[in-house]
Amino acid sequence: MPLNIPIAENILSANDRLAEENRTRIEAAGLFSINMMASPGAGKTSLIENTLPRLADKVRVAVVDGDIATSLDADRAAAAGAQASIQINTGGQCHLDAVMLHGALDQLDLKQFDLLIVENVGNLVCPADFRLGTHKSVLIASIPEGDDKPYKYPGMYRGVDALVINKIDLLPYIPFKMDFFQRGVEALNPGVITFPLSCRTGEGLDAWIDWLVQNVKR
Amino acid sequence: MHELPITQSILDIALRHAEKAGARRVTDLHLVIGRLSYVVDDSIRFYWDTIAKGTIAEGARLHFQRVPAELLCLDCNHRYAPDDETLACPKCQSVRVKVAAGDEFRLESIDVETSDSPSSLPAGEGEGDGEMKCH
Repeated sequence: MPLNIPIAENILSANDRLAEENRTRIEAAGLFSINMMASPGAGKTSLIENTLPRLADKVRVAVVDGDIATSLDADRAAAAGAQASIQINTGGQCHLDAVMLHGALDQLDLKQFDLLIVENVGNLVCPADFRLGTHKSVLIASIPEGDDKPYKYPGMYRGVDALVINKIDLLPYIPFKMDFFQRGVEALNPGVITFPLSCRTGEGLDAWIDWLVQNVKR
Repeated sequence: MHELPITQSILDIALRHAEKAGARRVTDLHLVIGRLSYVVDDSIRFYWDTIAKGTIAEGARLHFQRVPAELLCLDCNHRYAPDDETLACPKCQSVRVKVAAGDEFRLESIDVETSDSPSSLPAGEGEGDGEMKCH
């Protein structure tokens, strides 16, 4: 006799369960944690490089870097003053998942830190679907990518808790319609906190740093 | 997006429930996919044959139920299906909206044959599931 078994289980529930476990570990150690996502070249690592010196002496930071290959980003984070930096090489996978972060957390003495920054693989599609267990998801957009990205990558823009708009120093040179961009953001993620800034000139970085520090203290 | 690990997850969930129920074979999987979850059914079908091979779910049919997107306007509470051009509320033009439906991605149910119900197969043909060409 054929039998129908009701299941109603989310396909990504295995990842979600492990993400919950990651969150429990992070919270038990008293850290604030962010998952930084962006397209390749938007400035994730540059933002980390510019963030770390501004947090020195105030906030102890661990950085976990996800890339398909190389330890270039973890090296840059270490050089910029991260108290610890762990590189995850995904070996081809286009996003970090909770299992990978779980493995990275094993390598860190979490109590030694106040802030955990996870730098995801450069990709505007897949990372949005795999929760890691971090407190906040941060998307870094950048002016040269173009103002149509919220419309083209709604899944990513819809799910984030904060939005950095990097490379605003290039606005005079690039036909980027900020109104159009922000209308798209507003449609997908009403009221999301936004930090327009330039890692190159330092403009706008203070607000971003304040947001991080406030969340770390909370 | 990343249909290979997703297909693996689908299989893992199906097998876990099938084994718990003492199933001998999984014949059908019923999946619910929201329009907004960007899963490509053809890719899942493509990987399925390879991934399910040698398991009790080999040859099982995949059924996809697509759930249309529905948005809820946070200003006037209007629930509507967005068109492709704009997500804004058609009633009050507000862009303060949230997804009410369409981001689902779940395994709703599976159809199995249980080991204490061999009636669906003539005697002697229930062995060697890995060899069976289903459907």
